[in-house]
Amino acid sequence: MKKLFKEFTKGITVENPTFGLVLGLCPTLAVSTSVVNAIGMGVAATFVLLGSNIIISLVRKLIPDQIRIPCFIVIIATFVTINELVMKAYFPALNASLGIFVPLIVVNCIVLGRAEAFACKKPVLDSIFDALGMGCGFTLALTIIAAIRESLGAGKFFGITLFNNYEPVTMMVLAPGALLTLGLLIAGVNYWHIKKNDLKEIKKLGCQKEGCENGCR
Amino acid sequence: MENKLYVSSSPHINNKESVKKIMWGVFFSLLPAGVWGVYAFGISALWVIIVAVLSAVITEGVLQKFSSKKISILDGSAALTGLLLAYNLPSGVPLWIPVAGSAFAIFIGKFVFGGLGKNIFNPALAGRAFLMASWPGYMTAFSKPFSTAQGVDVVTTATPLMLLKEKSVLGNINYLDLFIGNRGGCIGEVCIIALLLGVAFLFIKKYISWHIPLTFIATVGVFTFIFGKTGLFTGDWLLQILSGGLILGAFFMATDYVTSPLTYKGQIIFGFGCGCLTAIIRLWGGYPEGVCYAILIMNAVVPLIDRYTRSRIYGVGTVLK
Repeated sequence: MKKLFKEFTKGITVENPTFGLVLGLCPTLAVSTSVVNAIGMGVAATFVLLGSNIIISLVRKLIPDQIRIPCFIVIIATFVTINELVMKAYFPALNASLGIFVPLIVVNCIVLGRAEAFACKKPVLDSIFDALGMGCGFTLALTIIAAIRESLGAGKFFGITLFNNYEPVTMMVLAPGALLTLGLLIAGVNYWHIKKNDLKEIKKLGCQKEGCENGCR
Repeated sequence: MENKLYVSSSPHINNKESVKKIMWGVFFSLLPAGVWGVYAFGISALWVIIVAVLSAVITEGVLQKFSSKKISILDGSAALTGLLLAYNLPSGVPLWIPVAGSAFAIFIGKFVFGGLGKNIFNPALAGRAFLMASWPGYMTAFSKPFSTAQGVDVVTTATPLMLLKEKSVLGNINYLDLFIGNRGGCIGEVCIIALLLGVAFLFIKKYISWHIPLTFIATVGVFTFIFGKTGLFTGDWLLQILSGGLILGAFFMATDYVTSPLTYKGQIIFGFGCGCLTAIIRLWGGYPEGVCYAILIMNAVVPLIDRYTRSRIYGVGTVLK
């Protein structure tokens, strides 16, 4: 159980698809203009990830090694199609605002990456938790980026106006805003990791450095 | 930047120049243009300049304080960034615009790359591009010169380049007006004669070389002359050179030490590229003025130019015959 929980949490923290592995950036940059879009995209990707991970993990012994990528793609495409049809039927507005990025989940690196790196080697239960963790990590990352971009770039959160008389920073909902937000967030996450590892190292070795700036003395 | 210990092989030349001295030198050489800007556009221009400079310096100080770096706000580089940014703004903008622009210029344009000497893009232009993308309405409302002096509200006007772009007629603007700065535009770009005064100072002090600005301006001139509105070789090249931010951009912003190529050969390529892009944006692009974007785009290419124009190391490699 502990192992399964670890598979789940690694997708959110260390191996976060957006901040850690830096995968699936195309939808990340494109749909994070509003929180609603971000959550919609995250849930859709999680669904595809879960479905494809389960099936691939089940048939992993049947797929010949040479043609595994086409097999993965067919399985993934099936779930993307299911997802697209369901979205069109029940959430037409969300489908319209996500546009081309719904069918494009099929080429999302996270989905194929998890199939190749995890699901084709591990049993079903592990794969389920891996998919859920990755999906949650992706959704969380998208939501954080979208929250920053929407509140600064449109003065709104979940479509609710935050401030009166606010002149929105239009750039934040355009492409440069996406790249800036993502870059600064990745820098922040890396800084946090380095800081944490440094402190671990220092505790292990004991700080010897004169005038060290890490605040361990 | 100002290391106490310089280690290099002899011969050594002692020089009293420092980052601080050059930065403040460029700062003061820009002041005549600002004086004209305030004279022409009224007291609001002065406030924009003061706010931009102060907020740039304060942003730099706060960032250096928080990142526990040595605080070097008096070296003039932040003040110069703020001043250049203010010179690229219309005089009538609300005062939070220069604050936002300066903060962006110092933080994103300079600080995240590692501070002075490590930035890829000219910070002031990065700030301007940010403001242009975010609040285009404020950034294109240019006030008419001397309209405040008559006791009426500020009258907005179009810049010569905007007129050219939209209506392709100029109205009653002559070259003398363009030369002394009697036209709509950004605070610091309008008065060519005041800018040239500062340029003369920079040349006398040898702070800049002719390579970038001259190739830049000449390329724009030749390019716009060839591709005129009414046919080949009929373009009004003098108008194109004197209007917009070309003089300010070519002499004061394209020549930024950090974001321009190291060798003279590279600088000529850089100036040529800036000139071509400026002319292309002005003639066929979506914006009336292209100097800012041309310099920013060429800034991104500088590492590549530097790589291919690297001079031969003495005693290494083959000598060309």
